[in-house]
Amino acid sequence: MEILVCVKRVPDSAENEIEMNAEGNDIERDDLVFSVNEWDNYAVEEAIQIVDKVGGSVTVVTVGDDESDEVLRREMAMGAAKGILLNDDAFEGSDAKGVATILKGCVAKGNYDLVLTGAQADEGGAAVGGMLAAMLDYPYASLVNKVELGEGKLTVSREIEGGNQEMNSIDLPCVLSIQTGINEPRYVGIRGIRQVSGVEIPELSAADLGVDAATVGEAGVKAKKVDYFVPESGDGAEMLEGSDSEIIAKLIEILKANGGLQ
Amino acid sequence: MEHLISPAHSMILGFIPGWLISFLYVIVGVGLFAYIIAKRLAPLVKAAPDNSRFSTIPARLLNVLIVWLGQIKQPRYMFAGVLHIMIFFGFMTLALRTCSLVVIGMFPDFALPGFGADQPIGAVYTVVKDYAATIVFLACFVAAIRRGVFRPARYAVPEKYGHDHTSEAVFVCCIIMGLMLTESLFEAVLVAAGHDAFLAPLTLAWGLSKLFASAPHGLLQFLHVVAYYAHDTLFFFFLCFLPLGKHFHVITSLFNVLFMRVQRGNIKPVVYGITAEGLDDLTSFGVKKIEDFTWKHMLDFYTCADCGRCSDQCPANLVGRPLSPRFITIKARDLMFKNYPLKGDMLKSQPLVGSIYTADEIWSCTTCGACEQECPLGIEYIDKIVDLRRGLVDEGEVPQSLQKPMKALGKRGNPWGKVEKKRADWAKDKEFAAECSVKIMENGDSADSLYFVDSITSYDDRMINIAKCTSKILDAAHEDFFILGKQEKDSGNEVVRFGEEMLFQQLKDQNITAINESGAKKIIASDPHAYNALKNDYPELELPVEHISEVIVRKIKDGTIKLKSVQDSTKIYTYHDPCYLGRHNGIYDDPRDAMAAIPGLQMVEMKKNRDRSLCCSGGGLMLFYEPHEEERMAVLRVQMAHEAGANVIVCACPFCMVNMEDAIKVAGLDDQLEAIELTELIEQHMER
Amino acid sequence: MAQVFAYLVHNDGVLDDSAMELVVAAKAVGDDVTAIVTGSGIDAVADAAAQIFPKVIKVDDAALAYPNAEVVRKALVTIIPKGSVVLFANNTFAMDCAPGLSIKMDAAYVSDIIGLEADGTTLKTIRQEFGGEVNTHVDVDAADGAVVTLRPGTFAPDESKAAGGSVEAAAAGDMSAKRTFIEIVEPEAGDVDITKADLLVSIGRGIEEEDNIEIAHELAKAMGAGAEVSCSRPIVDAKWLEPSRQVGTSGCTVKPKVYMACGISGSFQHMGGIKGGFVIAINKNENAPIFQVANVGIVADILEFIPELTEALGDL
Repeated sequence: MEILVCVKRVPDSAENEIEMNAEGNDIERDDLVFSVNEWDNYAVEEAIQIVDKVGGSVTVVTVGDDESDEVLRREMAMGAAKGILLNDDAFEGSDAKGVATILKGCVAKGNYDLVLTGAQADEGGAAVGGMLAAMLDYPYASLVNKVELGEGKLTVSREIEGGNQEMNSIDLPCVLSIQTGINEPRYVGIRGIRQVSGVEIPELSAADLGVDAATVGEAGVKAKKVDYFVPESGDGAEMLEGSDSEIIAKLIEILKANGGLQ
Repeated sequence: MEHLISPAHSMILGFIPGWLISFLYVIVGVGLFAYIIAKRLAPLVKAAPDNSRFSTIPARLLNVLIVWLGQIKQPRYMFAGVLHIMIFFGFMTLALRTCSLVVIGMFPDFALPGFGADQPIGAVYTVVKDYAATIVFLACFVAAIRRGVFRPARYAVPEKYGHDHTSEAVFVCCIIMGLMLTESLFEAVLVAAGHDAFLAPLTLAWGLSKLFASAPHGLLQFLHVVAYYAHDTLFFFFLCFLPLGKHFHVITSLFNVLFMRVQRGNIKPVVYGITAEGLDDLTSFGVKKIEDFTWKHMLDFYTCADCGRCSDQCPANLVGRPLSPRFITIKARDLMFKNYPLKGDMLKSQPLVGSIYTADEIWSCTTCGACEQECPLGIEYIDKIVDLRRGLVDEGEVPQSLQKPMKALGKRGNPWGKVEKKRADWAKDKEFAAECSVKIMENGDSADSLYFVDSITSYDDRMINIAKCTSKILDAAHEDFFILGKQEKDSGNEVVRFGEEMLFQQLKDQNITAINESGAKKIIASDPHAYNALKNDYPELELPVEHISEVIVRKIKDGTIKLKSVQDSTKIYTYHDPCYLGRHNGIYDDPRDAMAAIPGLQMVEMKKNRDRSLCCSGGGLMLFYEPHEEERMAVLRVQMAHEAGANVIVCACPFCMVNMEDAIKVAGLDDQLEAIELTELIEQHMER
Repeated sequence: MAQVFAYLVHNDGVLDDSAMELVVAAKAVGDDVTAIVTGSGIDAVADAAAQIFPKVIKVDDAALAYPNAEVVRKALVTIIPKGSVVLFANNTFAMDCAPGLSIKMDAAYVSDIIGLEADGTTLKTIRQEFGGEVNTHVDVDAADGAVVTLRPGTFAPDESKAAGGSVEAAAAGDMSAKRTFIEIVEPEAGDVDITKADLLVSIGRGIEEEDNIEIAHELAKAMGAGAEVSCSRPIVDAKWLEPSRQVGTSGCTVKPKVYMACGISGSFQHMGGIKGGFVIAINKNENAPIFQVANVGIVADILEFIPELTEALGDL
């Protein structure tokens, strides 16, 4: 099976303290460390496990700049056979739809039976996989936490509310967005990355992919991020006071307001 | 009375000359033994090299003298130890007699030069060896009863580790008793038959001679020959039986002790003699199959006497983790026996983890070193565990709970992924800075002494107090010191021990570059893990490294630091030895001396102290590992402190503090026990 | 502003409560508001929707018995005119259906918003990033339509149920699909993943005894499907709860919407495992460090407070 896994280089949520910049309109980006999006890592592991079972190869692709090379190599150290970097000035500032458009160009240049993405990335949009599938007219399943191989199709389990699993049969080729916990991604050390440091990674531009530059990048963005801000919360906790029933009434309001009660 | 005919001159079965039988015994016995040993050596030839074992010869000879001949570790388990010492020296004494006896079967008048019955040494030796045989006989009798009837718990074999070993142990005791008995009988009947020889009173031979004093000549003649060949048979059987099981140590122990670890605290390189560049060219890392072990580690497997002392002291085993060091060895030995059989083809080896070991077993070790400290035969465990972990890391098989801290160490230089520029924030705390100003490298400061803080003491809200107290102590001691600040990375003590060699190399290189750039002349550490890594795992770093407890004691002695009377004289203190200060670096006294220097401080020792200190469950990456265990080590430890009558447990390590403070709550001892770090205790009591 | 549609989900014949919030959001976007329900034999659901929305379109077809996102998408593309704004409650169905729908409608897409205002053809929305550590203002150009998913709790629900709306049936059209639903597999008992919970009732040493853990479970139950019980390390060490429920640097890292720390002092090691969400701390010690990091604090004995809260939730 030929599998394409779409990955993204993101600020590492575990290793960054997100702070606002001096102007107060963006986060401080100077000291950020980046790594591969956690969900994508599970997707690559899943792809490798599938290929280990039935043969074929795993290709990892990312839309990014020269620095994105590092996440491709990391995933290649895990066991992906090939990396592709989609890099063009025109791609800069793309939203989910733009990224899906670029990836569509990449899928068209290969012969993939299965396309995997992570369920979501740093911005929490969880959109690229579904958009890519719609553009390709491939069937799609999101939040996949189990994949079983069948003849010309897969049985996939989606992680839905209440810890339930929604079992589906899905025809190949298809796009799946992979949820964390589907597997236990293998560890990649510095040694593994060094071993693939010499492998050539092809770079494809908008022209190579046959992508219209006007549909991607900032030009194609319909949902524009204006600025960043820190949600208001004072120093220390706001202490709820009053009688028990008053406190409980306030607390229930707070629980509702924060999505804690459904 | 007519003298007995010697075995050599007897006609066996009436027509075969005894000397010929004796000769055939030697040929067959020695030949078989040589064959077995050759087979046993085969895997060692294929093993990984380790030339470090041929250097530092004087230290090695000293080990032979103290550990092997001196049996120094034996009395740590008094009863079994004394029995072993008796048997050991009995064997040593009787070795000469046994060699002579083998020859006597062919040449009846043979005596080793100087050992003739009419020569002074020979006369003395005759008496000594009779007593030796008697002592060995009795010791083996007691040992057999102990193993077979009383069955001390430490020899038990849990089901998952295979069959019980009692029968083999008792069987060997019986063989040894048989050897002693037949040798004594051989002598005794001579005397009973009127042979002119002296038998020391109250020996086995002496008793037998009395027993058979009135036996008919024919019976004595029969017993004389039978005893001889029974002894010969038992001897050659025993010789060839030794390499088949745990009694191989009778042969290998001398070599194992000669080649045992001389240096302490460090971890073996991935491959001996490899350069940093060479690491990149290796196709595989660590131990994955049995042949990846070094020959010394294979010799360890052969040498294990199955005494169970390692596992008895192992904290992981104690709390029910799936690790028992004894079976790390026994399982590997059995695998070597199986894969390299005495006859038939060698078997192709399988990956060790997944066949004889489990990954959990390998990750369960805290590298505390209690097992190695205890082993009477110099068997190593930490290097093997690390080599096996290297193999797992190379295959990407790292527990999920450890992957995040390892990644963070690579990206940020600390396991929590905290930003580098905040590493010295503890020193910038206003209240503290007003009292004690700490020089920081990033501000262009430097000094002769570098205080290496390490990750937990730099970032943990609770443990930064250790950094503050250490700084105040250094200040009071008039030490001109600085810290590396954001240029400091984790020392990597646990990174290397968790088998992530390349990450360790990266951290080490970054630290060494920063230290060299800083111009520091010496290093002081408050965290024993940092102390150990810098001292033992950074061979390229040629600066002296001191632990803060050493500095404190030195400065108390020269009068620079003066301590006032204990704040609360009703408190009773106990000191918990951190593994990386005590066992791995031999610093047991300085922290105790520092505490004792506080006038009026009352101190007690816990049941397990000094080199038998119980690990708190480990530091560094161990904090992140989720072991399968029934109890927590630190809980057992605080209970031990409570039982000792202490109400303050003094730690000299931030990780011990984390574990102890947690454990006090879990054990419900909040009202009765508190934990304090040594630097905090000293800082509280400094005269200013 | 163009027409606004809200897609409503239902379970076992019962309309999901999110409908009451979606109507508020829809009205914030435009005046022409229509709800869409799909399924098989859904008259009751459509009627319930009509109490909330002025207009309801129902697509009743055996092929829609289970909301297969691919099939539902086809139905929506057929029904909804281009240029409309479509709202979903952000849930696992929306994640499956909405992104693809935006492509098929050639509309803008914004997901999991926590704030929404209309300004001409622009939707001014607020989203969270980095697990809620920072928020962003996102302006969505809805001139050619937009697909929006809304985080539950963004708007106060309109619970009046007095809309008296009309129900109109629509034909499903082509219902073929390359993905087919098989079944729902329910979790095995004890199979808990606290990292996926929306709300965590997290207990610490303040729970005092193993027998008291039940009150935390009861509270979580009263809070609904997305709530789970988690804990700090001492609870796992005492073996009162399984290690999979432990939050902290040595346990799980969690990002719930709300984290209720009950009787947890708030050690560094514990707080290191909380990577987002609104933290409510309940502790009888008013100086507990948890109050420094929590959003809301309550000084109370959890052994008394939790049962009271559970009871109050039961009365809702």
